[in-house]
Amino acid sequence: MPPAALSVHLSIGQAYAWSVFKPPLESSLDLSGTASALPFQLGIVMLGLSAAFGGTLVERNGPRWAMFVSLVCFSSGFLVAALGAATRQYWLVVLGYGFIGGIGLGIGYISPVSTLMKWFPDRPGMATGIAIMGFGGGALIASPWSSKLLEHFGTDSGGIAATFLVHGVTYAAFMALGVLLVRVPPEGWRPAGWEPPREQGHMISTADVSARNAIRTPQFWFLWVVLCMNVTAGIGILEKAAPMIGNYFEDTDTPVSATAAAGFVALLSAANMAGRLLWSSASDLIGRKNMYRVYLGVGALMYLAIAQLGDSSKPLFVVCALVILSFYGGGFSTVPAYLKDLFGTYQVGAIHGRLLTAWSVAGVLGPYIVNKVADHQEEAGKTGPGLYSLSLTIMIALLVVGFVANELIRPVHPRFHEPATATAEAEAEAAPAEKGGDR
Amino acid sequence: MTEPTRNRTALTVAVWAWVVLPFGYGVYELVQKATQLFTG
Repeated sequence: MPPAALSVHLSIGQAYAWSVFKPPLESSLDLSGTASALPFQLGIVMLGLSAAFGGTLVERNGPRWAMFVSLVCFSSGFLVAALGAATRQYWLVVLGYGFIGGIGLGIGYISPVSTLMKWFPDRPGMATGIAIMGFGGGALIASPWSSKLLEHFGTDSGGIAATFLVHGVTYAAFMALGVLLVRVPPEGWRPAGWEPPREQGHMISTADVSARNAIRTPQFWFLWVVLCMNVTAGIGILEKAAPMIGNYFEDTDTPVSATAAAGFVALLSAANMAGRLLWSSASDLIGRKNMYRVYLGVGALMYLAIAQLGDSSKPLFVVCALVILSFYGGGFSTVPAYLKDLFGTYQVGAIHGRLLTAWSVAGVLGPYIVNKVADHQEEAGKTGPGLYSLSLTIMIALLVVGFVANELIRPVHPRFHEPATATAEAEAEAAPAEKGGDR
Repeated sequence: MTEPTRNRTALTVAVWAWVVLPFGYGVYELVQKATQLFTG
């Protein structure tokens, strides 16, 4: 099961490497920077929307159907984009990569989540951590690979079209492994030698809540705020990482070169990816609520340290930024297990899809805050760390809001629980398809 | 080791290699770039 999940997430994680295509598109199709970002932005919006609206379908039709839909949409999105580049019709690139491919992103992102937690009931955090780490790792593969293909085919519209075409075909083949391998465990499956603990933590529910009921609970919306705040704070630093480290130390004896700043960005990507597996696995041991206390509480302290230290210590600046980015990644991968603890595994994939709208909001909010404030401070004549002090204060405040929201999360009221018979009937209905795990 | 067990092991190795090899390539490229922070 983990390779199946990874084959999908490592593919769709390519979205984070879209920036590789921006300069060639801008020069060959005479586009502005804003226009060339459109396919990516639409893709992320479609990710949130398709995960939110397609979650119930994913639960109903199973992970194999979801991975197949993701494969078809993501790959055909590249093929339509290739046609757009070849015919110099940019709207086709936006439609293909952003709209069609974006549906593939959303459905693919949630496709393995609930199945992984059913296969690994003893370590749900680690299980989802592996898959969601793959999403972070997808850009690591795609970024150098896409650059090499563009070098090979050329950066004119024909070369971009050929590169998109190779991407579409290769990702279809790569994701096919997931479609072929994915299996739902038989009903009542447990890892050898593992028994569910008799005394669960009070935050871990043994009851199930439907996706429709979940969004009526305060717990869902508190968790929405938690995810939104944690992601906003992480994106804030990720978005401006290269100029930020450059600005921070420009007035010191050891300014940071553009090459070193690129190395810093790469290191942040590694922390983002490692945090997805490390912290999510740790949440299996210390509990989801405690893990988010660390992400939000220690995260706020790290931002405070960056604000207070100014340009006095480059190593400390780097360490704090790495910790923040590892918490950003961990926040993504721990949330499915948190949902499972609160709402059970019944429709956790669909609930996760709805929660991902927090990501779409954070994706707009984080960069907007940091860019807007930095521009404003620059106009006010500030330089160095002063450019970012207000942004950092805002990020600390957002993390505190998230911390409070996490503290307010309590077990779900029994009136939202599915009646035991309804859940059993739904499972029995799904059983023929699940038998033999063939969906 | 029986034949079905051997086949299963080979399949497990193959599917893990399918995802680990490209991922390893990505990590290798990342390490090359990240070292620029200390050398660049």
